[in-house]
Amino acid sequence: MDNPGPGNVYTETVIHAAPEQFVADAPYQLAIITLDHGGRLTGRIDGPRVQIGDAVDFAEYRNGIPFFRKKN
Amino acid sequence: MRPVAVIGIGKTAFGAFPDRDLRSLAVEAGQKCMQDANVSPSKVEAFYLGNFAGPSFVGQNHLAPYIAGAMGITGVPATRFEAACASSGSALFHAVSAVGAGLYDVVLVGGVEKMTSQPTPKVTEILAGAGDMCGEGRAGATFPALFAMIARRHMYQYGTTREQMAAVAVKNHLNGAKNPQAHMRKVITIEQALAGKPIADPLTVYDCSLISDGAAAVLIAPLERASEFTGKPVKILGIAQTSDQVALDQKDDITTFRAVRTAADKAYKMAGVSPNEIQFAEVHDCFTIAEIIATEDLGFVKKGEGGPYVQQGCTALNGPRPVNTSGGLKAKGHPVGATGVGQICDVVMQIRGEAGERQIARHSLGLAQNLGGSGATAVVTILGVA
Repeated sequence: MDNPGPGNVYTETVIHAAPEQFVADAPYQLAIITLDHGGRLTGRIDGPRVQIGDAVDFAEYRNGIPFFRKKN
Repeated sequence: MRPVAVIGIGKTAFGAFPDRDLRSLAVEAGQKCMQDANVSPSKVEAFYLGNFAGPSFVGQNHLAPYIAGAMGITGVPATRFEAACASSGSALFHAVSAVGAGLYDVVLVGGVEKMTSQPTPKVTEILAGAGDMCGEGRAGATFPALFAMIARRHMYQYGTTREQMAAVAVKNHLNGAKNPQAHMRKVITIEQALAGKPIADPLTVYDCSLISDGAAAVLIAPLERASEFTGKPVKILGIAQTSDQVALDQKDDITTFRAVRTAADKAYKMAGVSPNEIQFAEVHDCFTIAEIIATEDLGFVKKGEGGPYVQQGCTALNGPRPVNTSGGLKAKGHPVGATGVGQICDVVMQIRGEAGERQIARHSLGLAQNLGGSGATAVVTILGVA
């Protein structure tokens, strides 16, 4: 899969009530990222929680899910 | 298009009914509706059914003839419409279009969902299927999560507060407590709403509509024949359905539902009325933020002013423009496939003056807004005294 590259957080939420297949992951943070290369992508946040406007880097795909991480 | 009227309505109570199956709920609503209009099953020329996920919730397909047959309606077109939580709004739009075009005279439109037989994580998974399962859904988005992200962005751009969202819940619970057919007839306080169990930040359980069982039905006919069936016909002045991208991340601005705005524009134009003439509305408060955005998208207030509008009591039962006098999806309940037609029943009850303890004073021109997914389908209907 393509590397979506870095971006910043357009919006986010921390999910406490998960769908059946992700119950073990909860609570987890989901965000829509505005990509520096254009367009938006929905992914998960790895590591520290992010807020709207935070810059993030693409981390990796896990089971097809794009994970992003807050920029230092 | 010739004018169309609602000549009968029928609803089950909304709630958790472990002893009732999907078909019995739909049949109850349909039969009440036919009795209301004094129409026998043999007079029904077509059956339009809204249902989101009967196959997933209860394992039953081929729902429209399954339900029509149980009501004694056979030999006519019986078809299911699926448009997520706007399924029965969509069924109504297509039924009105057909009657308006002269294809049929007497048409029954139903909506039904049986949700409570599945555990909540399974319900959450089935509902997530109304989103993009190759994108947001695969990443673990739930419907509360999509609307939580909408809420976060609305708070960021317009200063909307959690207290304003809680005000929607408090108002709708207050109204629902006056509705004998509501799922949850319990008055709540702002403090309770704010301290609710977190679902998807910033939404608590009190920001979310209910998982319910229920059914609703309306009978429609050309206005010129309405007096054959009822002394209280209600005219469908305007109705429109429009669509938008399914995935939230494909929408330019998630603080507004473009499909609602375009459907509202068309419905207002068809009805020849402006937003400020609408006296009351049933809107799609699947989450509290959705009601705030609905009041903006329908043109009741400017963009970003929906939060203060509800907080100041403008949409209360005794306010200048009551919104969700039924209790809304929040307190009345949200059996998703039944919701669109259920809203029509509630608007018709107000117009006929039959809303009991929650009857409002100005009730000759009302609106219903039904939303599918995170805004990929919208249906707006304007109803008035015939």
